Amino acid sequence: MPPIPDTIYFFGTCLVDLMYPQAGVSAMQLLQRAGVKVIFPPAQTCCGQPAWNSGYRDEARSVARAQIALFPKPIPIVIPSGSCAGMMKVHYPELFAGQPDEAQAVDVASRVYELTEFLVDVLHIELRDLGEPLTVAVHTSCSARREMGVADKIESLLGQLSNVQRVEHARKPECCGFGGTFAVKEPEISAAMVLDKVTHIRNAQPDRLISQDCGCLLNISGTMAKQGDAIPHQHIAEFLWERITPHPNLPPQGGKGQEAHPAQASSSPPSPLAGEGLGMGGKFGGQSS
Amino acid sequence: MITQFRQTVRANLAKPEVRANFYRAMDGLMTRRLDQFPDKAELERLRTQSMAIRANALSKLPELLETLEANLIRNGIQVHWAETAEQGNQIVQAILERHNAKSIIKGKSMVSEEMGMNHFLETLGIECLESDLGEFIIQLDGETPSHIIMPAIHKNRIQIAKLFHEKFPDIPYTEDVDELTQMARRILRDKFYATTVGLSGVNFMVAETGTLCLVENEGNGRMSTTAPSVHIAVTGIEKVVESLSDVPPLLSILTRSATGQPITTYFNMISGPRKAGEKDGPEEVHLVLLDNGRSNIYSDPELLATLRCIRCGACINHCPVYVRIGGHSYGTVYPGPIGSILEPQKAGLDVHGELAQASTLCGACSEVCPVRIPIPSILNRLRYDGVRKDTSNTHTVGSGKRRTLSEAATWKTWAWAATHPTIYHAGSTLATRFKGMLPTNLGAWTTVRSAPKLAESTLHQQVKNLGVDHE
Ligand code: SF4
Repeated sequence: MPPIPDTIYFFGTCLVDLMYPQAGVSAMQLLQRAGVKVIFPPAQTCCGQPAWNSGYRDEARSVARAQIALFPKPIPIVIPSGSCAGMMKVHYPELFAGQPDEAQAVDVASRVYELTEFLVDVLHIELRDLGEPLTVAVHTSCSARREMGVADKIESLLGQLSNVQRVEHARKPECCGFGGTFAVKEPEISAAMVLDKVTHIRNAQPDRLISQDCGCLLNISGTMAKQGDAIPHQHIAEFLWERITPHPNLPPQGGKGQEAHPAQASSSPPSPLAGEGLGMGGKFGGQSS
Repeated sequence: MITQFRQTVRANLAKPEVRANFYRAMDGLMTRRLDQFPDKAELERLRTQSMAIRANALSKLPELLETLEANLIRNGIQVHWAETAEQGNQIVQAILERHNAKSIIKGKSMVSEEMGMNHFLETLGIECLESDLGEFIIQLDGETPSHIIMPAIHKNRIQIAKLFHEKFPDIPYTEDVDELTQMARRILRDKFYATTVGLSGVNFMVAETGTLCLVENEGNGRMSTTAPSVHIAVTGIEKVVESLSDVPPLLSILTRSATGQPITTYFNMISGPRKAGEKDGPEEVHLVLLDNGRSNIYSDPELLATLRCIRCGACINHCPVYVRIGGHSYGTVYPGPIGSILEPQKAGLDVHGELAQASTLCGACSEVCPVRIPIPSILNRLRYDGVRKDTSNTHTVGSGKRRTLSEAATWKTWAWAATHPTIYHAGSTLATRFKGMLPTNLGAWTTVRSAPKLAESTLHQQVKNLGVDHE
């Protein structure tokens, strides 16, 4: 069992930055509330995966190199995405093999955690559900499932929420058809895949769709929206934050979220509000790693 | 411009009956495989063992092939080496001519498909009769296999019944699978005795003993290799294993991964022609060993893993792309994930390189591959080889041929922006601020999806209010 660190780096990912900032905000709030100090290096951009998966390794490496430089301290790097975490953990060592800075890349890779993995395996987070009864369908990204091997983490987090019922959909482990540039390069196959995914999720009739990866959410929700009648969707971090904070009618929204939760304005030590929705289990309290 | 591959895919996606056939079949195969591996730890142990067996064989491929050849010759099997498909066909042709054979009966062999053997022999006026039921069906319909172990899987029972009725109008129409099978068996049985030359593939070649192993369910493999007086086996050079004790673990994981069977109905070990005093068996046994690009794959330490394949088809059965587009969309002999790594390497990235692109890299294939071939990593490598500027360090055929100036420039610009955070973030902020002005039609993305909605402000802007450290 890894020791509980008192400080971590947060890598927000380019997709969260532009499309789902609330997921990033909620993730950091969850971490702070568990007593962890969060460092967000402002120069972070993208992990480099789009270029890596397109075969442009030199370009991917130059972008990856710029990210690696942002995480010098020997503390965990937490990422709210299985896909970007997989890029850093699994592919950085491949991308930098034989390069002068290979050792740094390997070091960074060894400190990478996908968010749900970190919440469950490192923080042993305990959640108290304050929300109304709700059903959710979970879509686990392929990178979270197979590359990172953390598919069970999102399930165990949701399993802690007493008022949340998970509904299963057909072919759950199957890819949603996003695949980054695949969706644009092979649009016909991608469309066939996501249309099937949407049908299966709709058939399960969830109130909400939850995932740990914003790429999949973008793909699935975009398809639902085009069909009309989209099932509301959220990144797991945003959903968890909504469930454990005592403001069910004021889910964090955009920049206003922080005003709804003034207690979160300071990071460490945890504010007096911290712990209201979050059973802390006495498992943290400033041990350094 | 829409590629040929995309056009074929479009056409095949628009055939609901074919899609339903693939769905039904692949669902069944996935379930049956799962039922064979109730103990996950045992499965993983067996996969590691099987990978090691294949990796070991490949690590000494040249030596093992020499040992194999010596032992085959000692057993009375005649060995022929073919560098290309054309040479392979000529070897087969020469054997047929020596025996004055005007026809050949074939057990299932993907390598013979790879050689285009039927077409080659038919242009010489030699009749090729497929005796595997699936192959028999598609031959009747003038098609190619849509799957490496179940060649007619794209057809359902009714379609097969109609095909039989059309081709054999004298026989009463039936949709009963057993009756259809019996019908084919009766037609084929007489041919086995009337034909001088039988052909088969090979699953494993044992170097230590000079034995050819053949895995099959219908008995047609045994018939093709024993009833005619000449047996020709064709296979790829990579199919060799070192010792006899390597076979049981591979056989066990092969049949369970492929069709979800604990063991196939027939397992043949061919160790030579009929010996003096024996009552049956062929008088001559030949083995044609095909290279056809394999040596080139062998020369790359990373791509070498491609050759570990034991052709179980599990990667195909679990592929979310294959199940939707079907085997014929690939335009290659080997479809699905294994085809997408093998065919671009054999034919060149300029010819089949797009197949490496036609994957989400979801990893469903490598999760089930019994010899742990890292298919997504190889796809990634082939994408790299396709667009790399400096091709001096790679032997992959067609390297660099997929590089376009416009795509290369796009990635260069992207990399420049993503390594200049101030400019990058100014760009993101601007984008969110003026998101109303962004296009709502994003080409391929918006055919089935709404345009993605940018947030009101980026995480970088919002994080400022969050009490986190900036370093
Ligand atoms: S690549 Fe692996 S799963 Fe696919 S056919 Fe070969 S051995 Fe089977």
